[in-house]
Amino acid sequence: MTENNNIVFTPERLAKVQEIIARYPEGRQKSALLPVLHLAQEQFAWMSQGVMDYVASLLSIKPVEVYEVASFYTMFHLEPVGKHVIEYCRTGPCVLMGGEEVFSHLQQKLGIKKGETTADGLFTLKEVECLAACGWGPCFQIREKYYMHLNNQKVDEIIEELSK
Amino acid sequence: MSLKILTEHCSTPGIETLEVYRKKGGYTAVEKALKKMTPDEVVEEVKKSGVRGRGGAGFPMGMKWSFLAKPEGVPRYLVCNADESEPGTFKDHYLMKTIPHLLVEGMIISSYALGANKSFIYVRGELMYVIRILEKAIEEAKAAGFLGKNILGSGYDLELVVQPGGGAYICGEETALLESLEGKRGNPRNKPPFPAVKGLYQSPTVVNNVESIATVSWIVNNGGEAYAAVGVGKSTGTKLISASGHINKPGVYEIELGLSCDEFLNSDEYCGGVRTGHRLKAVVAGGSSVPIVPGSLFLKNANGEDRLMSYESLSDGGFATGTMLGSGGFIVFDETACIVRNTWNFSRFYEHESCGQCSPCREGTGWMQKVLNRIEHGKGSMSDIDLLVDVSKKIEGNTICPLGDAAAWPVASAIRHFRDEFEWHIKHPLEATKPGAVYAGAVLV
Ligand SMILES: Cc1cc2nc3c(=O)[nH]c(=O)nc-3n(C[C@H](O)[C@H](O)[C@H](O)COP(=O)(O)O)c2cc1C
Ligand code: SF4
Ligand code: FES
Repeated sequence: MTENNNIVFTPERLAKVQEIIARYPEGRQKSALLPVLHLAQEQFAWMSQGVMDYVASLLSIKPVEVYEVASFYTMFHLEPVGKHVIEYCRTGPCVLMGGEEVFSHLQQKLGIKKGETTADGLFTLKEVECLAACGWGPCFQIREKYYMHLNNQKVDEIIEELSK
Repeated sequence: MSLKILTEHCSTPGIETLEVYRKKGGYTAVEKALKKMTPDEVVEEVKKSGVRGRGGAGFPMGMKWSFLAKPEGVPRYLVCNADESEPGTFKDHYLMKTIPHLLVEGMIISSYALGANKSFIYVRGELMYVIRILEKAIEEAKAAGFLGKNILGSGYDLELVVQPGGGAYICGEETALLESLEGKRGNPRNKPPFPAVKGLYQSPTVVNNVESIATVSWIVNNGGEAYAAVGVGKSTGTKLISASGHINKPGVYEIELGLSCDEFLNSDEYCGGVRTGHRLKAVVAGGSSVPIVPGSLFLKNANGEDRLMSYESLSDGGFATGTMLGSGGFIVFDETACIVRNTWNFSRFYEHESCGQCSPCREGTGWMQKVLNRIEHGKGSMSDIDLLVDVSKKIEGNTICPLGDAAAWPVASAIRHFRDEFEWHIKHPLEATKPGAVYAGAVLV
């Protein structure tokens, strides 16, 4: 994926930004940063410098204030990613439920290792920490959707469905 | 069946809607509080209930509320902590997605009690689908006149905002959460000043967990004394326990505090016992940060008395033989679990989540993770075990926020109770690193 060169929110998202800023007291528009970064990632897929600069301009804060925040929180992708980013829970309770075995299978199925993107650009595989679904594990998340009670067969079905 | 204060209606179809929630008695507590009670009277009932913060530390909620500074002309804030990222904990997730109005109603009454006109629910960003559920519930509540200006003609105004996090366990620590809510990195603040005096936007602020706030409607409806009559001693009321690991029925359960640990683990009403065909090895009773104990010490304390699911009973024996109720993140290990591997996994978590501000935590978590990795992968030496104990002691109590302790305790307790297993890994690296290998010498229940 290349650098986005036309970085502008859709009119709906621009309206949403104004709505979000209005939630906070006067002069506290910096509080809108995390919600607006989520909106930005929804539209632009990852946090290029251009995207972060754009967010800074919308909130009238310095670009560096955006860089330091985007790099602190693990949900924001600082590199280009595939169409579907699989965020796989690697933490203890999910491991007890068979998480490591299912993760090996998932890597085989995709033909990539953690941190990589498939050659067709469809999938990026990331490991994340506990997703607050420990009793429903093993689990991963793709965008807003949680996939739980995973096993090898379920993983195959999900990947095949998303590959269509 | 025991009393269900929070989850009674969770399996009612449509309970996520205002309509069904109201049919089950929802929002009567808002009417009662705003029309018939003063804010101080609400605080008084919460004090009487003895309810303790459900986020992990167990600090009495009414007492926290009464510490809130009230300088003239300065806004006050209530912030609900829905960051839920402690490994093993998924109760707030369950409650919010299932019965969102319970939290919204609790937020309205609590905000009224504290005199806050703008309150926030800070939800971990991964739970964006839950944020949408909460936002919908808030819209419904607003349309019905329970939020906004002059609620139910009482003259009280409240706006409720749901704020997403961005993926960072440390933002569950209350001052890091406030930094994050101000649009910054989640670096915990030095205390004092405490949030009750200088919190969000430097204004007096109360931070409470989702489950804590969700109890308030019941307390207002039934009175603080009725709540205090449930439970045992200073562990009043009910607690949500999220159970995971090697049990027959993982899930979220509401228990009356004081339930016997044996009944919680083994009865069909709750966990349904250790996975069929397996035996109990160890338990983490309250989220990854609390000490891990052998199964026998979970079921009975060092004097051989039955342990109860309560703050006091679980911590009985201190760090030598006890653990903690913590957040209610209940994790069970059977004989197939490798304690060394689990300890390494948890220490990797804390290294990953340390914000890096204080060197004992930043360096210590990294060091412990590396040493544990080495032992787990057959490259450890005997002196590594004492090294781990030493590093954990240097972190404990020497940091800005409790994440340092939270990283130290699981390591120290694993070595305290399962030293043999660490030694086995070091003495028999070839055997220990075979796929699926586990130490056979553990005492099982
Ligand atoms: C590293 C760390 C993570 C925490 N995570 C959470 C959390 O996810 N949810 C929570 O309610 N409290 C969490 N806490 C505890 C909060 O700091 C705070 O005590 C709590 O939100 C207060 O609410 P309560 O009194 O209702 O429990 C965490 C504390 C630490 C040190
Ligand atoms: S103890 Fe760790 S997480 Fe807490 S402030 Fe210090 S470095 Fe950050
Ligand atoms: S450990 Fe995977 S969701 Fe908690």
